Amino acid sequence: MTSPLTALYSELIFDHDKHPQNAGLRDPFDAEVHHVNPTCGDEITLRIRLSEDGRRVEDLPYEAQGCAMSRASASIMTDLFIGRTREEIEEISAHMDEAMHSRGRIAGDEDVLGDGVALTGASKFPGRVKCVLMAWKAYQAALADALTARKDTENDR
Amino acid sequence: MRDWDIESIRADFPILTRTTADGQPIVYLDSGATSQRPRQVIDAEVDFLTGHNAAVKRGAHQLAEDATDPYESARETIARFVGCRDERELIFTKNATEALNIVAYSLSNGDASTPDHLRVKEGDEILVTEMEHHANLVPWQELARRTGATLRWIPLADDFTLDLTDLDTLLTERTKVVAFTHQSNVTGTINPVARLVEAAKDVGALTVLDACQSVPHMPVDVQDLGVDFAAFSGHKMLGPTGIGALWGRFELLAEMPPVMLGGSMIEVVTMEQTTFAEPPARFEAGTPMISQAIGLAAAVDYLSDLGMDRIAEHERQLTQRAVRGLEAIDGVRVIGPSSDVPGRAGAVAFAVDGRHPHDIGQVLDSQGVLVRVGHHCAWPLHRRYGLPGTSRASFSVHTTEAEVDALLDSVRTAIDFFARFQ
Repeated sequence: MTSPLTALYSELIFDHDKHPQNAGLRDPFDAEVHHVNPTCGDEITLRIRLSEDGRRVEDLPYEAQGCAMSRASASIMTDLFIGRTREEIEEISAHMDEAMHSRGRIAGDEDVLGDGVALTGASKFPGRVKCVLMAWKAYQAALADALTARKDTENDR
Repeated sequence: MRDWDIESIRADFPILTRTTADGQPIVYLDSGATSQRPRQVIDAEVDFLTGHNAAVKRGAHQLAEDATDPYESARETIARFVGCRDERELIFTKNATEALNIVAYSLSNGDASTPDHLRVKEGDEILVTEMEHHANLVPWQELARRTGATLRWIPLADDFTLDLTDLDTLLTERTKVVAFTHQSNVTGTINPVARLVEAAKDVGALTVLDACQSVPHMPVDVQDLGVDFAAFSGHKMLGPTGIGALWGRFELLAEMPPVMLGGSMIEVVTMEQTTFAEPPARFEAGTPMISQAIGLAAAVDYLSDLGMDRIAEHERQLTQRAVRGLEAIDGVRVIGPSSDVPGRAGAVAFAVDGRHPHDIGQVLDSQGVLVRVGHHCAWPLHRRYGLPGTSRASFSVHTTEAEVDALLDSVRTAIDFFARFQ
């Protein structure tokens, strides 16, 4: 087997694929988004629940269908994000984005990405970058929706 | 007609000498998505561009005439290849998608002067099938939405053929159009065109055939098939991208309103109004794709020289080998009729239990085996069978038995590779 393939698929990826962390569409939530990858049909429904003050992500319930990379990515991302502040998450996301668009040059800092470094092997495979980033883009969209919804509620008061 | 010598055929395709990053030969099994081009097609385009290029049907200088002749003779060559005896019935389009859209849009572009059978209105019905490529589904969905017509569809059966049980109730006197594919780009199922045409005619509906997957792989005669319109694509039949064709019965085309408007499709233009040219010009607004048409005619000559009957037989043998081989691998399901079904065509889709097609395709790619993964623009078909997608191998004139065996080996390798992570 050629080495790039083992750089893409690791034990860790299949652990998350088979035993997805935080999966399931729990209530309550501030916003829900549904993202698809129209070229391959991968899908994720992601919910977000923020803390009372809106600064912290308290839960990210989701349901994901797709390849091992896309499912593992959702599992790893929610593990990383739940309980963190939006600022902390922004930093992690920016680092992930940089690594994923580096065509294999940046492996990613394990201190920042945790299990997420197992995903960055996909950056060598341009066709697979979107598989990994689908969940991360869904988070951005869900967060934006949640913040808008909160602002609307405040304005109504 | 030339001898069938696979090595000399392969030598015509420069790209087949390409290797993967680590030096393995590539095994190109994705001709169903786009076919590779033989040197003869590439040379025809280069020869035209380096010696004769000019805008066609404009001006009277020598190059303009030099360009117009091969362009129009390309139309004749391509028309004859699909059994069309009047080349005014062959409209050049940028691809099959555009060809199908031209029919769908024209059917809602008419006015009171348009004959009723060429105008879809509120209360009318459009019948498609559940196995269609999006290109032969979405334009009809949108035609229904624009006009207030109702879209209905023939469902798929468990054996990957169309379930025609309720055909008589699906077709009513309100049905204006029946649009269906000649052969599925996923399952390889060849549809019973004659039966569908007969049923459509009984209710006075137009028939539109998506012939994208059949024209490159078997003899197709649009007159014999009895349909009213047929669409096919250049780049799936060893020709260039950027060209396809719509064939339609002249008496229908002659009464249909145009879709794209502008140069080349007019008769007389004043500031107030315009009258339109006869077909095919009416449906070919703007400067056309000239070198592509010439390239496609060269592809047709290439295919004709090999003989469509022999091509169909070559691919039948490869398909049988692939389907039988895949069915024999534990955990692999072929998503299509078994190899013993007569007339099963050469799109071989398969699913590996517990593995997403994208992951399977990645391992195949690492072995130099190039297949397509995903829903192949036939999402409803995959949904029908509860699949997120499939891996699909498809063949061409240059495909060898050894390449089919390489596919089978690589599928076994993929299964072994993922088994390590159990």
